[in-house]
Order: sequence, then structure tokens, then C-alpha cells
Amino acid sequence: MNRRINLIVDLTKMLLIILIACVLVFIIVFLTSQEPADAVYSFFVGPFTSLRRIGNIVEAATPLMFTALAVIIIFRAGQFSMISEGAFFIGILGAMIVAITGRMPPGIHPLAAIVFGGFCGAFVASVPAVLKMMWGVSELVTSIMLNYVVQFFTIYVVSYHYREITSSSLASLLFQETSAMPVIVEGTRVHLGVIVALVLCFLGFLFLQRTRLGFKLRVTGDNLHFAQYAGVGAAGVMVSAQVLAGAIAGIGGGAELLGMYTRFKWTSSPGYGWIGIVVALLARRNPLLVPLAAAFIGYLNVGADIMARSSDVSREVVLIIQGVMMLLIASEALLQHWRQKLIVKAAEKEAKEGNDDAPPELPDASIGGNDIPYTGVDTPTPNSPDQEGL
Amino acid sequence: MSGLVGYIFSSDFLYMWIRVATPLILPALGAVICNRSGVVHLGLEGIMLTAALFGVLGGALGGSLFWGIAAGILISLLLSVLFAYFHLSLRANNVLCGTAINTIAGGFTVFVLELITGEKGTSSSLRSFSFPNVNIPLVEDIPVLGDVLSGHNLLTYIAILMVFAVVFLLYKTPLGLRMRAVGENPNAASSVGVNVTKMRFTAVLISGVLIGLGGMYLSMGYLNMFTRDMTAGRGFIALAAAAMGQSTPVGAFLSAMVFAFFDGLSNILQLLRIPAEFVQMLPYIATIAGLTLYSIQRIYRFKRKNRLRVIEAEKSRQ
Amino acid sequence: MHLPCFIQKIRAGGVNVNQAVEALRMENITKVYPNGVIANKSVTFVVNQGEIHALSGENGAGKSTLMKILFGEEQPTSGTIFANGQKVNISSPTEAIRLGIGMVHQHFMLVPSLTVAENMMLGIEPRKGLKIDRKRAEKEVREISHKYNLPIEPNERVEDLTVGQKQKVEILKALLRGAKILILDEPTAVLTPQETRELFAELKTLRSNGYTIIFISHKLNEVKEFCDRITIIRRGQTMGVYPLSDISEQEISKLMVGRDVILKISKNKILPGAPAIKVRNLKILEESGRVRINNISFTVREGEILGVAGVEGNGQAQLVKALTGLGPYHSGSIELCGTDIRKKSVSDIRKLSVAHIPEDRMTIGIAPRLSVTENTVIDKTDNIRFFTRLGLSKSSEIREYGKKMVRDYHILCKTPDVSVESLSGGNIQKTVLARELSGGPKVIIADQPTRGVDVGATEFIRRQLIAMRDAGNSIFLITSDLNEVLGLSDGIIVLFEGEITAYLPDASNVTEEELGQYMLGIKRQSPEQISEVLHEQKD
Repeated sequence: MNRRINLIVDLTKMLLIILIACVLVFIIVFLTSQEPADAVYSFFVGPFTSLRRIGNIVEAATPLMFTALAVIIIFRAGQFSMISEGAFFIGILGAMIVAITGRMPPGIHPLAAIVFGGFCGAFVASVPAVLKMMWGVSELVTSIMLNYVVQFFTIYVVSYHYREITSSSLASLLFQETSAMPVIVEGTRVHLGVIVALVLCFLGFLFLQRTRLGFKLRVTGDNLHFAQYAGVGAAGVMVSAQVLAGAIAGIGGGAELLGMYTRFKWTSSPGYGWIGIVVALLARRNPLLVPLAAAFIGYLNVGADIMARSSDVSREVVLIIQGVMMLLIASEALLQHWRQKLIVKAAEKEAKEGNDDAPPELPDASIGGNDIPYTGVDTPTPNSPDQEGL
Repeated sequence: MSGLVGYIFSSDFLYMWIRVATPLILPALGAVICNRSGVVHLGLEGIMLTAALFGVLGGALGGSLFWGIAAGILISLLLSVLFAYFHLSLRANNVLCGTAINTIAGGFTVFVLELITGEKGTSSSLRSFSFPNVNIPLVEDIPVLGDVLSGHNLLTYIAILMVFAVVFLLYKTPLGLRMRAVGENPNAASSVGVNVTKMRFTAVLISGVLIGLGGMYLSMGYLNMFTRDMTAGRGFIALAAAAMGQSTPVGAFLSAMVFAFFDGLSNILQLLRIPAEFVQMLPYIATIAGLTLYSIQRIYRFKRKNRLRVIEAEKSRQ
Repeated sequence: MHLPCFIQKIRAGGVNVNQAVEALRMENITKVYPNGVIANKSVTFVVNQGEIHALSGENGAGKSTLMKILFGEEQPTSGTIFANGQKVNISSPTEAIRLGIGMVHQHFMLVPSLTVAENMMLGIEPRKGLKIDRKRAEKEVREISHKYNLPIEPNERVEDLTVGQKQKVEILKALLRGAKILILDEPTAVLTPQETRELFAELKTLRSNGYTIIFISHKLNEVKEFCDRITIIRRGQTMGVYPLSDISEQEISKLMVGRDVILKISKNKILPGAPAIKVRNLKILEESGRVRINNISFTVREGEILGVAGVEGNGQAQLVKALTGLGPYHSGSIELCGTDIRKKSVSDIRKLSVAHIPEDRMTIGIAPRLSVTENTVIDKTDNIRFFTRLGLSKSSEIREYGKKMVRDYHILCKTPDVSVESLSGGNIQKTVLARELSGGPKVIIADQPTRGVDVGATEFIRRQLIAMRDAGNSIFLITSDLNEVLGLSDGIIVLFEGEITAYLPDASNVTEEELGQYMLGIKRQSPEQISEVLHEQKD
């Protein structure tokens, strides 16, 4: 019964949030634009006006799927590492080095590059994880610091070792032609990376639901004390989760680089790791829903790009919207009142039905008595990145 | 290398050290107030960034420094309210809430900047009003020391005064007592009618002012324009400084000075023809190293204290 | 057991005291928690001015919830509250304090790093300009502590106080805020006997000064000794209000539990086998250096239930942690199934076939948002029945197992796939039991296995434990329920202040009085008698 109520409330909440996001776009555009109608049109309808643009949505969604999956694995282990950003960028660097210097046949070359990217991502992600395991250093701050380190390190390596001298702006040498990821849809730039992402999402689901480590990971994330009591080796699980997540983000970086570019052109970390958090929350921390959520965010990004090109509203609108969505999704108390009302009603109904003659078989009150946590905002528990009910 | 050491002990470096410490001290003090009342404020970075922009915009549009300060503080308070409302009232997780604020700030600053100046990178086309530099009478005449301590930006001196102000607030006033109580045992505080949410809300707002000042220093003191993403993780470094300073104002101040040292060092090393990107990593690596060392020594001290206590207990039994 | 009968009694109780002034009336209070648990069901609770009124009921009966509502910490789903005849809406503790209601919580509401004066003045600090007027705060604390004869030093840090002193601070805190009605939530649970006597004397003084006291307790002897009237709650409902002069302890316990308290637990005598748990000269020190377990030794043999009796807080928690690998011990040795567990991890210890039913199931006993099935297999991830060597799960096996567990342990749930947190306390405990007992344990450490669990589940759990013992396993039973320790155990050891003060080899020959004297430290056996628990041949 409660399950159905939760589903109804969660769905409503999600729709409400999407609605709020759209309304926000309207408001911002109408407040700032000279030709608001055109801007809104190009934002919402623009992405669907041609095959190439639909392709753009998929292209935009692809890197987000990787980072969102990484975020999900970290969050579900109850950790707060923000390393997917850095792991993604170092993955780009790793893949770039292999793509420029490697001498390999076509099919093998991109594979080797991406695998190396994944390896780099895993290595970077292991740093905050190990620091936390060994000495309890907050993985949150170290991972964010590390993201900056990765950004400068990558730019340094590119500009001092692989730089295209003839180019005025920062760009790397041209990749070997053998390293390119094949395009899979004619007329777009949708590349093999999206298939890799979809497969990884599915594997991620299987990992969490159908493997021993995934099981231990969920237990650790749900209740660390319980994991310790049951002897699942929580510390090892937390490190493995972060390393695995780093590998996934790194692979994503590699795939993005080889699928979309022939040179490295970034001047700063692209932010896919941060947006991956929005996608992960939108997907309700379920890997199977990641493609859908990534497509939605990808759609917003493409819409914002088209709007920026065809009107006077800049594309950064989309960051504001994504931030607001993150706030709303993370709000546990949103619609909580309504949820509770439904649950109370259901409980009362159940109590009535079960109450004929004998004294009612009340649910044992001990959970309600002393064990219920104080409902005011007292402890920002690190243990619950966000609950099942979003 | 010897040149480097010489440079570090020069008055120029010491002056710069204090200069780069300012934007860490102010938000670190803000973080101390939040930590003490039981809120880990991860929206620091975004609030700093937005205040940096609005300080410049307010000054340029209003035509005086006053309007810059007013706009910067106002936007800091607004974003603080947003953070506090979602985190405290709607019970959004603080990490997600802070990340969201930072994401919004990243987009919002560029959006507003472009809307007003047509540029996305810097506010250089606007006329900026900066906080004035202040020469301290008498002190400025002392050789060497005068060069180091005098002639800083007004906000630098305010930052140092704020260390004392926060000590006063936390340890001498009823408000501070309540904040500390709320942070340490919220149930105890609420059982005597201290409203936990309200107290934390207040803490977030007060720290919002400090964080905003820290942000404004970047665009109205350190530089005199706003540039995109100019906070560059300083909010997070400030958070680390507050943690390392065990959430005491003086501890946070000292930790901020340590991190600022590496920030200053990276400035010099760039002059010494070491690749800029390489050197730019330094403050962040220093923060990671600092937090790690702090955690290690805390564990070690904790263990040693326990051992001592056990030995004492043994003795007293015999 | 017939409801109408009780209702009549309630009315009769009301008539008896109609000349007294009602200080407080809670009428038809119902509370449904967000998770659907009904904690109070149409409870009516009336307290007269100047009386000590006991509120009794089993763990989880709904006493705490009712008091939280009275103190404004929880809002009732329905019902009305009257204070001094006026209908009031107690929306927060502030409002409760304003109405003259003060509460002394079971877990003290004090801020450890602040001083006594700071704690007492929190929220009503005397000011001097912007600052707190420390001198005046101190003076006020001294005055009130002198007035009510509750001596306390205002400048001491609360973390350095003893439990009894902390309680004094709590009481003074309420009085300072003008409380006329004091709620004390199981105040004696944490006190030594002397401190308890002191507290009673203090409370009687308060009563003679016109204060009203609500005393929550399930220690019937205390209630009988110094309360005026009693309200009994069972499973969220009022079972009646009685002047204590009119009701015997037996009657009270009958109302509280709903049947004769003496639970006859039938079990066969069996001959114990080889030692399975051997603890020798064990010493456990707390972080603060306080000795929690002082040099204790005992043996639990196969086919034996060794019960641990003792007032809570006499080292039981630390002992259990040490035995299960969750906490440290300082010296001595612990041997489980023939293996010394020094430096062994929790999972190493579990691999020795040790099961642990934890005291606090909600905090460490379950992963609340995972399914019942998942909660029952978490300790079996190394079993190739459920996971292949490569680490893939065998879902159909696991699903079958979950179904079997639900069936075998009578876990009441729609399907084994629902999250554990949606179950009632009794069924959560059965889930824990299913996990721990189904792994083929040889040693079972059962810490308060039936706390907060309904009667049916309690009986089921006890039967399971006896079945495990009959199958030749060793059970180490820690419980604060005297009836349980007497009924289930073969032998009993008594823990008092971290030491074993008695070994009673045959639990069926022990009376509650006798056990109580050992538990409260009134009596103590000779070292020779105690050392019999080692079951070692003497030379």
C-alpha cells in the first residue's frame, strides 16, 4: 500500500519539477529577451526540427550517461565523492595520449584509448577513496580539490607536450585516424559511445542488483552501521565503488573525446560530472532510468544552444534550470505532507478493516515510539544522499 | 631555488600572502559559524561567485562603491535564504543543495554578465568601484613591517577584525551560545524552546554576509573586475580551512593562512617560468595534503590520549 | 481483556478524585506516525494538581509518544489537550514551557561542552548589553539550586558531571523556566539505588510544594512506593487510571501486559556439552578511561543458555561489542568455538558460526530500505548457494530463500520484496532473527531479543532460542526483562558495575527478589561461588 502511495507521490513530484523547470524557462526568457516567443520556440521545439538536432540530443546525453552512472554508484555506496568530473576529464587526457601516440589497427585503437582513459579515471577516483579509508579524510572536499588538480594537470600536459603549435588557441595534435569512434547514425554525429553508455547503464543495473559486490554496496550505502555489524567489509566496498565509478567516468571521457573530436580543445573541465548529479537524481538513482534522464537533460542543453544561436538569450539559462531542478528533487519535504496524509489514511483504513471484535492488532509502536528520528533538521546525515523517495 | 627562498622572505611576498589570504579568511569564518550551528554549507563557492559579480554590477550601475556593497550583500543574503530554505525547511541534503547553488551561480553569473555587458568572460567593459586600500598611520612608517602590514585593501583589515567579531559572537553573546547548542545537541536546544531551524537559518544568513564580502574582495580588491568562475574553488578551500581549524574562528584563520601561503607561492612560481598550469595545482594539492595531515594527526592524538587514559586508569586501580 | 470493563474502571477512577483540581487533561489523543504506525489510539490522560502520577506500560506501548505530544515535540493526529481547564494547542516545546510544563528526558537534553549555567540559561540568557551576563546567570543558578535543595556547581562543564548530577541539572532547568508540571521519562533507569532514593526525596519535596509530577516508569516497585495514581497504557490505548492504594503490582502488570506476567516457558533439561564461549579475565575500558568490564571470566557450554542479568549500563553493551568484534577490549581473552578472537574482524568472527541479535535493531540490525529477502541473506554472501564464485547472484535461489524465511519465521509482510522499514517492530525483529539463526550458528549472542516486540512475536522468538539451544548451540542472552532471563536461561550471571557479582547455576530455582538484590549490588557472592561459571575442573 505504502509502496503505491510512494510511487504516486514520487511521480507527481517529478512531473511537478519538470513543469517548474519549464515555467522557469518561460519566466527567464520573457524577462530578458526582446523576442521571447522565438526564443521559447527554439528552446522547446528547436531540438526536434531536424535529424541532426535530434542527433545532438543523443550526443549531449552520451557523456552525461557515463557521469550519472558514476555518480549513482558512488551515492548508492553512501559516499559523497564528486570525482566523476575529474575522472571524466582525466579519462579524456588518457584517451588523447593513446589516440595521438598509439599505432594500432582501427578497431583496437579506440578500445585501447578508452580503456586507458577508464584506468586513469579509476586511479584519480581512488585517491579520495583511499584517503577516506585510511584516515577518514572527507572525500567530499578532497574530490573537489582533486577535480581542480586534474583540470590544471590535463591542460598542462596538453599544452606542454601535445600542443598543436600552429594553432592560436589551445588545441592538441591531431589524433591518429585509426582512433576514431565510428558514427552509427548517418547525418548525425551520434557515435558508438552511446551504445557503450547504454550497455554500461544496463551492466550497472546488473552490477547493483545481481552481484555480490553490488549487493554489499547497496547495504553499505543504506546503513553503514549495519554493514559493519554484518561484516561485509564496508571500507573495501566504499573504495571499490569509487574506483569503479571513476573507471566509468574515465571511459566516458575517452568515448566523448574519440567520438566527437579529432583534437583536444578544452580550456577547462567541461562540467559533465556536476550535471551528472542532476541526471542521477532525475533517474532516481536507478541506472536503468539514466538514459531517459540524460536524454531529458541533453534535450534542455541542445534547446539552450539553439536558443542562444537564434536569439538573444544565452545558453547558461540551462545551468540555472538544472540547479533549480537539483534543489527541488533533493527536497525530501516537498509533497511530504501529502504523502503522509495518504499513508495515514491508508493506515486508518487498514486499522478499521482489521478491527472487528478482537482488540486491534496494532503495528508495534516501538518504531513510532523512541526510534523515530527527530523530525526537525538536526543532522545532515552523510548516510542518505537522497532517499528512495527522492 | 635560493632565489625562491629569498623571495619568500621578502616583504613583497609577505604582503601578497596577506592579500591572497583575505578571500579565504572571510568565507572560512562564514563556514565556522555554519559548522558550529550544525550546517555544513557547501553553497559557499556559488555565493562568493555571485557576490563578486553583483558587487561589480551594483557599483557600475549605481555609480558608487556603496551600491556595489549593497548589491553584493543583498545577493549573498538571497542565495543564503535559498540554500537555507531548501536545506532546512525542505530538508534537501546539504551536499546536493550546495552543489545546486553552485551550479545555479555558475550559470546565473554568466547569464547576467552577458545580459548586461554582452560579454561572457569578464566585466572589463564596466567601470568597477573597488574597496580602497588603507594605509595605517604609524605602522606604514615602520621599515619592512610597514610594507607588509600597511596599504592593504579595506576588506583585508575587515577580514581580520571579523576573526575577533566571530569570536565575540560565538562565545560571548546569547545568539552564539544558542548556535553552539543547536550545533552540538539540537534536541537539547529545541527542548528549551530554542528554534533549531531558525537558529540555523540565522547562522546561514550571517555567514552569507561574510562569504559575500569574501567574494566581493575578489572582484573589487584583488582584481577590479569580475571574471567567469573567478572563485576557482576558494569556497571549498575555505570549507577545508574551517574543518582544519576545528570550527574555531582562530583555528580557521590560521588554516586559511596556511592555504593562502601556497596560493601565494603559486603566484611566485609562475614568475619563475615554471609552467603556469603546473603551479596552479599547488593550492589544491596543498589543501588535500593539509586535510590529510590534519586527519592523520587527529587520529594519532586520539589514540595516544586513549592510551594515556588507559594507563592512568590502570594506575588508579592499583 | 474486555474493553467495556476497562472503560468503566476509567470512569470510576475519575469519580474517585473529583474533588482534586485537574492540572492537565489529554482527551482522545491519537497519533499516527508518517510511516503509518499508530502509536496512540484515542488515549485519555488526566493528571491532578499536586500529585505524582505514574504512567506505565511496556516498551513501545506509546508512553513516550504521549509525553512528546504533551511537551509539544510531536503533534497529535487528533485529540484535545486542556491545561488548567483551558483548551490549549501545544505546538512546540516553547509553548509547553509557557504553559508550565517541563520535561526531564530519558536521554538528557544537555549540551556536553557547555557549563551547567550555560545549559540552564540556554534560551533565557540574562544579558548585559550584547553580551551574556555570566555573573547573573551563575547567581540565578546558585539561588534556584539552593531553593530546591539540588546542589550543583554552575561553572562545571556538563560532560564532567555524573549521571545523577546531570539529572539534577535537567530538573533545575525545568524549574527555572517556571514548570509547574514536571514530566520525568524513566528517570531511574540510569541511576544507582542511592541516586534513586535521593531523587524520590527531591520529588516528594516538590510535590509538597504544589508541583505536579508525571512519572514514566515500568518499574512497578518504584511506582507503587511513591506515586499517588497510575495510568496504564497498553499498545497505544489506555487501560485505566487507578489510585495506587487500590491496586496491586500483580494487577498492574496484568493490565500492562494483558496476561499473567509469569510466562511459563517450557523447556527440557539437557546436559550441556563442551565450552563454546570462553571469556577469561576480560577487561574493557571506555574511551574516557572508565572501566566498563572489570576482569570477568565465564564459560558458556554447548546446549546451554547463559543469561546475563543486570540493570542496563553495567557493562552489557561493551561486553556484547567485544564478543562480536564491534568494539575493543583491553586485556584478557575471548575464545569462541575454540578460536581466540583477538584482532579478528567482524566477518572473521561471523565465520566461526557466531550469530548476533543486536539490541538496537533499527540502527544496526537492518538495512531499512532493502527488502526482507536481502536483509536475510546479507551475512551469506560467501555462500555459493546464493552467489557464484564470480560474484553473480543466483536470484531464484535467493528469492526462494526469502520466501522460506518469511514462512519459517512467520514474518508478516505482503511479499518478501517489500522494504524492511515498512514492517512493524516485531516483524523486523523476526527478520533479524531469521537472518541470524538460519546461518547455522553454533554461538548466538542475543542482546535484548524481545525488546519492544509484541507478545506474539516475543513468544515466537523465545521458542526459537530454546529450539536452538536444544539443538546443542550455545546462547548468551542479555536481557533487562527479569521474566525472560529467569524463564529462558539455564544459568544466570549477574553483572553489576562491570563485574560478575553472582553465578546462579539453576535459573529455575531463583526468585526475582534474590536476583534483584544481586542486580542492585545489595548482595554479592563469594569468588568461589562465582568461579563455578568457568566450569573447569579444579585440581
